[in-house]
Amino acid sequence: MRFSGLKILTEGLTGNKGWGPHWRSPEPKPNYDIVLIGGGGHGLATAHYLASVHGITNVAVLERGYLGGGNVGRNTTIVRANYMLPGNSEFYSHSLKLWEGLEEDLNFNVMHSQRGIINLVHSDGQRDAFVRRGNTMRAQGDDAEMLTPGDLRKLLPMIDFDQTRVPIFGGLYHRRGGTARHDAVAWGFARSASNRGVDLIQQCEVTGIDVENGVVRGVQTTRGPIRAKKIGMVAAGRSSQVAAMAGLRLPIESHVLQAFVTEGLKPCLDHVVTYGMGHFYISQSDKGGLVFGGDLDMYASYASRGNLPLVEHVSEAAMTLMPVLGKARMLRSWGGVMDMSPDGSFIIDKTDIEGLFVNCGWCYGGFKATPASGHTFAHLLATGQPHETTVRHRLDRFRTGRGIMDEEATGSQHNLH
Amino acid sequence: MRIPCPICGARDRREFYYQGAAVALARPAPDAGEAAWDDYLHLRENSAGDLDELWSHDAGCGAWLRVTRNVSSHEVKAAVLARDAS
Amino acid sequence: MRVEGKGLIDRSQRLSFQFDGNTYRGFGGDTLASALLANDVRHVARSFKYHRARGILTAGSEEPNALVTVGRGPDTDPNVRATVQEIYDGLEARPQNAWPSLGFDLLSVNDLAAPFLGAGFYYKTFMWPRAFWERLYEPFIRRAAGLGALGAEADGDHYEKAYAFCDLLVVGAGPAGLMAALTAARAGARVILADEDFVMGGRLNAETLEIGGAPGHAWAAEAVAELAAMDTVRLMTRTTVTGAYDGGTFGALERVAHHRTRPEGGVKETFWRIVARRSVLAAGALERHIAFRNNDRPGVMMAGAVRAYLNRWGVAPGKAITVFANNDDAHRTARDMVEAGVHVAAVVDSRADAVAQGDYRVIAGSQVTGAEGRRGLEAISVDGPAGSEKIATDCLAVSGGWNPTVHVTCHMNGRPTWSDDIASFVPTPGAIPGMIAAGACNGAFSTAACLAAGASAARESLEALGLRAEDSIVPTAEDAPYAIAPLWAVPGKGRAWLDFQNDVTVKDVKQAAAENYASVEHMKRYTTQGMATDQGKNSNVAALAVLADATGRGIPETGTTTFRPPFGPVALAALGAGAQGTGFAPERKTTSHAASMDMKAPMIAAGLWYRPSYFPRDGETSWRQSCDREVGYVREAVGVCDVSTLGKIDIQGPDAGKLLDFVYTNMFSTLKEGRVRYGLMLREDGFVMDDGTTARLGPAHFVMTTTTAAAGQVMRHLEFVSQALHPEWDVRIMSVTEQWAQFAVAGPQARALLNGMLDQPIDNESWPFMACGAISIGGVTGRLFRISFSGEHAYEVAVPARFGASLFAALVEAADTMGGGAYGMEALNVLRIEKGFITHSEIDGRVTAADIGMARMLSAKKDFIGKTMAARPGLVEQGRAQLVGLKPVGPVRQLTGGAKIYTDGEEPVRAHDQGYVTSVGFSPSFGHFLGLGFVRDGQARHGEVLQMVDHLRDIRTRVEICDPVFLDPEGGRARG
Repeated sequence: MRFSGLKILTEGLTGNKGWGPHWRSPEPKPNYDIVLIGGGGHGLATAHYLASVHGITNVAVLERGYLGGGNVGRNTTIVRANYMLPGNSEFYSHSLKLWEGLEEDLNFNVMHSQRGIINLVHSDGQRDAFVRRGNTMRAQGDDAEMLTPGDLRKLLPMIDFDQTRVPIFGGLYHRRGGTARHDAVAWGFARSASNRGVDLIQQCEVTGIDVENGVVRGVQTTRGPIRAKKIGMVAAGRSSQVAAMAGLRLPIESHVLQAFVTEGLKPCLDHVVTYGMGHFYISQSDKGGLVFGGDLDMYASYASRGNLPLVEHVSEAAMTLMPVLGKARMLRSWGGVMDMSPDGSFIIDKTDIEGLFVNCGWCYGGFKATPASGHTFAHLLATGQPHETTVRHRLDRFRTGRGIMDEEATGSQHNLH
Repeated sequence: MRIPCPICGARDRREFYYQGAAVALARPAPDAGEAAWDDYLHLRENSAGDLDELWSHDAGCGAWLRVTRNVSSHEVKAAVLARDAS
Repeated sequence: MRVEGKGLIDRSQRLSFQFDGNTYRGFGGDTLASALLANDVRHVARSFKYHRARGILTAGSEEPNALVTVGRGPDTDPNVRATVQEIYDGLEARPQNAWPSLGFDLLSVNDLAAPFLGAGFYYKTFMWPRAFWERLYEPFIRRAAGLGALGAEADGDHYEKAYAFCDLLVVGAGPAGLMAALTAARAGARVILADEDFVMGGRLNAETLEIGGAPGHAWAAEAVAELAAMDTVRLMTRTTVTGAYDGGTFGALERVAHHRTRPEGGVKETFWRIVARRSVLAAGALERHIAFRNNDRPGVMMAGAVRAYLNRWGVAPGKAITVFANNDDAHRTARDMVEAGVHVAAVVDSRADAVAQGDYRVIAGSQVTGAEGRRGLEAISVDGPAGSEKIATDCLAVSGGWNPTVHVTCHMNGRPTWSDDIASFVPTPGAIPGMIAAGACNGAFSTAACLAAGASAARESLEALGLRAEDSIVPTAEDAPYAIAPLWAVPGKGRAWLDFQNDVTVKDVKQAAAENYASVEHMKRYTTQGMATDQGKNSNVAALAVLADATGRGIPETGTTTFRPPFGPVALAALGAGAQGTGFAPERKTTSHAASMDMKAPMIAAGLWYRPSYFPRDGETSWRQSCDREVGYVREAVGVCDVSTLGKIDIQGPDAGKLLDFVYTNMFSTLKEGRVRYGLMLREDGFVMDDGTTARLGPAHFVMTTTTAAAGQVMRHLEFVSQALHPEWDVRIMSVTEQWAQFAVAGPQARALLNGMLDQPIDNESWPFMACGAISIGGVTGRLFRISFSGEHAYEVAVPARFGASLFAALVEAADTMGGGAYGMEALNVLRIEKGFITHSEIDGRVTAADIGMARMLSAKKDFIGKTMAARPGLVEQGRAQLVGLKPVGPVRQLTGGAKIYTDGEEPVRAHDQGYVTSVGFSPSFGHFLGLGFVRDGQARHGEVLQMVDHLRDIRTRVEICDPVFLDPEGGRARG
């Protein structure tokens, strides 16, 4: 079924009886060419691109809960291509281009909204650092501008420029950055993959990975054994547990990142704004809720919930930056479990086990990567070679020191990125 | 979350700095080899159960602690001075 | 309409308030909702999506419909629940999400278009043409969405945060909570009892039930009085426990002053962090609706709320009341109404065996199939064994049963357990460590059961606390069984509402299931069920039941969505109290701060510190003029600069040298007493962490300086190494940054200036370059370090911080007389760039010692932090970007920080990327810009010309790569 305004019109006039399932719920088959462990955004995107780009459809996505139930369904929905370091810069640039054609590709409105991202600048030194980042973005072919305080006063009148604790010297403006409706991204990829023949198996937990003589053979699941020629581990938040089933240790420590939304309010903030010195960022959803977040809770966690110190810190940042938000009420807080890597950048690579591939370490930047993560992981799974934008994202880069991409420049302590 | 500092007593999490797994206490010898150092700095068991980890009572007595905490329930089970743990 | 003789309101206190431009009257003890109902105002709001007319549904904080905006200007408070807002003289409330008016709302046209706006319609359209999403569709959707609007001015109210500690926190002051608090407090426990309401008692204030022969509300008042008299008890009314967190920590919001005109400077709300050794949840239960056609009409209310308005506020929400229920409890509404003299038209009970419990008509085995009256209920249609009929009514009291308020027990990822007995979820024991759920929130609905459960929960908690409970006597009370036959949705055509605010209907849930959004999380997210401001408190269980039915599963198998904190919404101003303006972070000021301000120096933030940027003189029109002049002081005479913000760490003990050898790449144990050495520090991953100088003041006494930015990190690092890696070393570390004021005195006249002030003059023999030691200055014992960050003959003089202000003044005054003066950060930056000295602009956390030309500082003779990992192939191979000096050689003479460097003559794109610029400054000494930057293999490329491009500032020039030390490479000036 093709979605369109006309389809809505005809269905509406005939009692909305014609809507069918967006994806099938098949029983798992005993054999697949490729099994993807994890039915989150990245797993579903991988399935879509395996089918649509490489024509590989004998694929199963195994999800222990429900599709899109991980971080793709609990993030702050920001989409951007504003990375500074080689490797990341070209990858996220690639991702943003995929976003820009995603709705057409999927025939599903993921509400990708290029409302613009503004990173506030607080000092001369930081301005130079942001200029360097912006110049890298421009060199990559993406957009970046430096706004003056005068520009900002027009764009963001809600900021308390004169009294906020940390002065505001300007802002790095990335017009093509913005947001998307997070759940819709998972659903759109799921629907497309399913329509192309991929089996999406929910409530199917992988309990073992079968390896014989260094070659992967299949998986054990709560719904029986499934054999596969290749297996892609794409289970951010649980990467270490999945890899442990194959005897692998990953350079990952799991941490909780909280996010928050207020009650619905009439539009008051058009852009995504980040306030680095306050570890705070905010945007307003199409439903009117202010969506915001900050730093990690900073302790290892699998609990997908956080504690008050961070809740308060983020609110304090909101109050010093935008005191007009004072009477906005926090409606809901939640936490996602992040794969924190030692350099803050992700890993898409083969493993030492033949046929076993890994996609992990997204830290808290996985949402905007969803299309390119799927696209490049599918490329690796299909061809055995890394996509040109992920050649640096190797599993062994910390051991060798080659190609470390430490955007935050905080070193090998996992939680500092 | 509250951490029972052996020196100060139970204190709110916000008084502490978190470093990570207590593997950092077992620094390899300089010639221990690539794999040992990769283990030390990068690779992590990262299981979902009890974890020995390092916290510093930054806003209190300044002691580094080895805290045993369940990373799924956040239950803090023990805290000793890192000085005594290593 | 008021009912004479009913209610707990204070009829002697007459109050006047405004709603939607009209002035109304109410009494002390009224909420906005009760007062509006008393004035027969039924239509008070519009829904989110279809903009349907809505009235008051509930009598509590769970209200999904009656959201209003209170106040004006900076006091504007949107999305206030009319059911919680107490009225006071002068209260001004107005409707929201309606334009141009509540009565005539243009967007109510959405309701007519409902067939096209079903669940998830927006995922299927608005995709073409692409550019229209941002330009047309989305702006329209955004304008239509949202509820209230924030005011345009900053919040004018004052908020606070506080901590509280107790043995037992009791959440909720109904019969269970009061009994728990009494039992615990009588045993000597420190108790906090918190309740959302402004009067404690919970449902006891809303019912006509008796405890121990007295009216329930009277028993509650007596219990509260007993508790209030004990100084181990803190009673917190108007306080919502918003969340359960780790370690017995709870968040709680106290609405201190929403019920009165704001006193000047008074606190509006306080956000509490309550640390409790044990807790009892006695949060009660929330009544649930039954879905039927047009069940959202104003006048359709919850049965328990209708009865609360009568019994507590003396208000009959209608003249001809009807009741629709599937349980016995709702019959109390009919009985109380009849006893109060209000006409009850009928009670429609879905159970075939239902019988009247008073003088009213029961239509048993029947269902309400529809409601009529767009702006207010006029009639209901009833279908039953005796056929169909239409009954005129202006208030339908509905009860689909009660859902225990389990929410807080789910805040730590606990899932509630389904109970067939009450057809709802109950808390899973142990879901919150140390918490016991008691009473209605645990599925015990009779008053007697609540009292018993409260007492028992308290006793169990006391035992865990090591306290002995007295044999408390639980008073007698009503103990009626809870008889219910589940009914979630009445079958039939038309739209039947589940989530009122978000306009989610039974059809939407069924459509979601048909589209395979069959998981409860998928259904929620696809339909937005439960995502409104009530977070599904009114509707989740029913929606779950409809989904279970649509997918052929049982409710327990279908599962629940997760309840997350906060239990009720909390203003950011409360959570972020104290941070507005400069309160967000401490402000650190040096001892020369006041003097710098007097000299009109613009201050810049350096972390938490404030430092002077430059010291303008009369006649100077730009910062560059001031900066150039100050650079000249140092190069030609003498300059004075406050460098106290640098981290200073005192290190003492016999093993201090060992510690320094281990944390620095170079040797310090060999440093002679009275000497200073530059040190480089790596992180364990082999990259540069920080640099600075360390002075040896005695055999076992060193003072380390760090950069301003890394002071905290280095201090913690030293503590880690000494406590955790080498506890056997006898060494102690202390930060003394705040204890010492330190000033650089730099320039050819530096020694002359100091000798005019030191009690004992110095010369080059006694104080050669890199010497240090104690001095006496103006009778004050201080320290003198002959070190230089400018390349000039320079000293840093340190005195105890209490003498800092006077020393700074004396130094600047002396410098003035010698043709010099104070210099700020701009000049300091130019001076260090001329000398190629690095700051964190260069050592940004991604560079190695070799990258900055300091490979020779990695000692081969010892182990040190970072040594092994610094030898990784990727850190030592060719091709890394290395520190270089940059000189403009093109026609454009300006260099800019953050610009990129590309191969000369090539397009400035990634393929030709050669490096980047980290620091620039105009050098008055050279008469042009100088830059520092990193260029691939740059140390071997001195003399090569590349292009510098700054796209963001639109500047391009050609640059020559050179040694980063521009000035005095031999270092003669510093030694002279």
